[in-house]
Amino acid sequence: MAKISVNSHINSRKEIKEKNMNNTDYNPKLIAHFQNPHNVGEIKDADGVGQVGNPMCGDTMKLTIKVESRSDGNEYITDVKFKTFGCASAIATSSVVTDLAKGKTLEEALQITKQDVADEIGGLPAIKMHCSNLAADALQAAIADYRSKKG
Amino acid sequence: MENKTTQSGRIYLDCSATTPTDPRVMKKMCEFMEKDFGNPSSVHAFGREARGKIEEARRSIAEFIGSDDPMEVIFTSGGTESDNMAIVGVVKASKVKKPHIITSVIEHKAVLSTIEDLEKRGLVEATYLKVDGYGKVNLEDLKKEIKYNTILVSIMYVNNEIGTVQPIREIGKYLEKLNDQRERGGFPKVYFHTDAVQAFQYLNVNVKHLHVDLMSVSGHKFYAPKGIGLLFIKKGTHIEKIQIGGGQEFGKRAGTENTPGIIALSAAIDILKKEGEKDGERIGKLKDKLVKGIEKIENVTLTGHPKDRIPSVASFLFHGIEGEAILINLDLDGIAVSTGSACSSGSLEASHVLLACGYDHEQAQGNIRFSLGRFTQESDIKKVLEVLPGIVDRLREMSPIAN
Repeated sequence: MAKISVNSHINSRKEIKEKNMNNTDYNPKLIAHFQNPHNVGEIKDADGVGQVGNPMCGDTMKLTIKVESRSDGNEYITDVKFKTFGCASAIATSSVVTDLAKGKTLEEALQITKQDVADEIGGLPAIKMHCSNLAADALQAAIADYRSKKG
Repeated sequence: MENKTTQSGRIYLDCSATTPTDPRVMKKMCEFMEKDFGNPSSVHAFGREARGKIEEARRSIAEFIGSDDPMEVIFTSGGTESDNMAIVGVVKASKVKKPHIITSVIEHKAVLSTIEDLEKRGLVEATYLKVDGYGKVNLEDLKKEIKYNTILVSIMYVNNEIGTVQPIREIGKYLEKLNDQRERGGFPKVYFHTDAVQAFQYLNVNVKHLHVDLMSVSGHKFYAPKGIGLLFIKKGTHIEKIQIGGGQEFGKRAGTENTPGIIALSAAIDILKKEGEKDGERIGKLKDKLVKGIEKIENVTLTGHPKDRIPSVASFLFHGIEGEAILINLDLDGIAVSTGSACSSGSLEASHVLLACGYDHEQAQGNIRFSLGRFTQESDIKKVLEVLPGIVDRLREMSPIAN
């Protein structure tokens, strides 16, 4: 009896240990986007430009979009590119936002939240949620810029 | 020399954070642990044997730091405890109503946060000396800040982030002279504490040469394991213990001694005695190679003092990109470094040291510290110089603020 309880204790400890060890690895999806980010750059004749920064840590993200009105009456984001000064999470979330926004209508794109971005990448540590997850803000800013120019 | 840092094929360039335990240190420690497990406070043979060995270690360490009296060496759990004990202990023992402490803005958090805490509780007044662009404290600034109720000056010997060496001996000599006058005038003595954690294996740590009253040392920065350090307390220093209980360490620090740690600390210092100087020269040459190579990359700044610096540290700012992004890229290539970037700090604050040197938040974000050690090989430096330019280029291409 005593032996069984000791063993089960060891098993659970082992599981905890394995879990902790896995936690020390980087999130593979985040690293994939960080190492090979999609849509890096700047659209020269962009229809909308959004630049946002985190004044506390200095991360800056610039997003440029190309917008096209189609016969269905909607405006579509046909191209989107980003440039980011920031950590691995900031770069990866930027890449994810461009993927999410491309091909969407402006109305759809405006619905993209920070949480959507974090979910798409498989979760972000709480501390990175606010500082390194500027991409959705940059997208909103780019759309607002497009609309204000269009007036 | 084969050891953990090279066996795995990984490259470890974060020796200012911690060093791998030297296999020779580990061997001495394990031999001791197998035989001498006794509590040194016990009267029986087991206890007496352990006592004998730790006192032998204490004598040898005292000799290394130029202390005539081994009772001036108090074993602690490491740098943070030593810093805490020096500051809180001196404040607790002081008869001054509201004592004044002078420190610098670039101290380690073990010093800064301790003083800030005492200040917040209304127990002390504090002055935080500014530094120049190289991270150096100016003795003339210090002189101006000393008041009648000043009881402690705490300045680190070497800064952990940028490697700049502070004029500890000059400050110590000045305070010694000043204290002669203060004694005649009936003013309280100004004690001088230095956190020598980053200096210990590279610089002269003779307490008489430095004219210090208190000096903090941490073993794991020079190839002893974590959890062992010491505080040098000059005879006659009014200090009270902060860890309370039994009468160990001459009544200055309660708790059963970390006997294996003490043996390891002493063994690590024995190696320093023999190899410390040669190590420093070799490491300095490797660091110079690294610096030369990195300076070929455009738009980088080497932080810290051009001359007054320890041989092992090269901390750079890579302008237009962010340090943690560089760090993770290097890590994925098997190279371990550190950064003062806000993104990696947990508190999301940029390095207080880099900001104090006059760099802005954006510049501080691009920080990477390389810190070499006894086991660093020339091939490690070559590998860094192979992969780093590509990483920097790639991140700059992605950055809206880099050209």
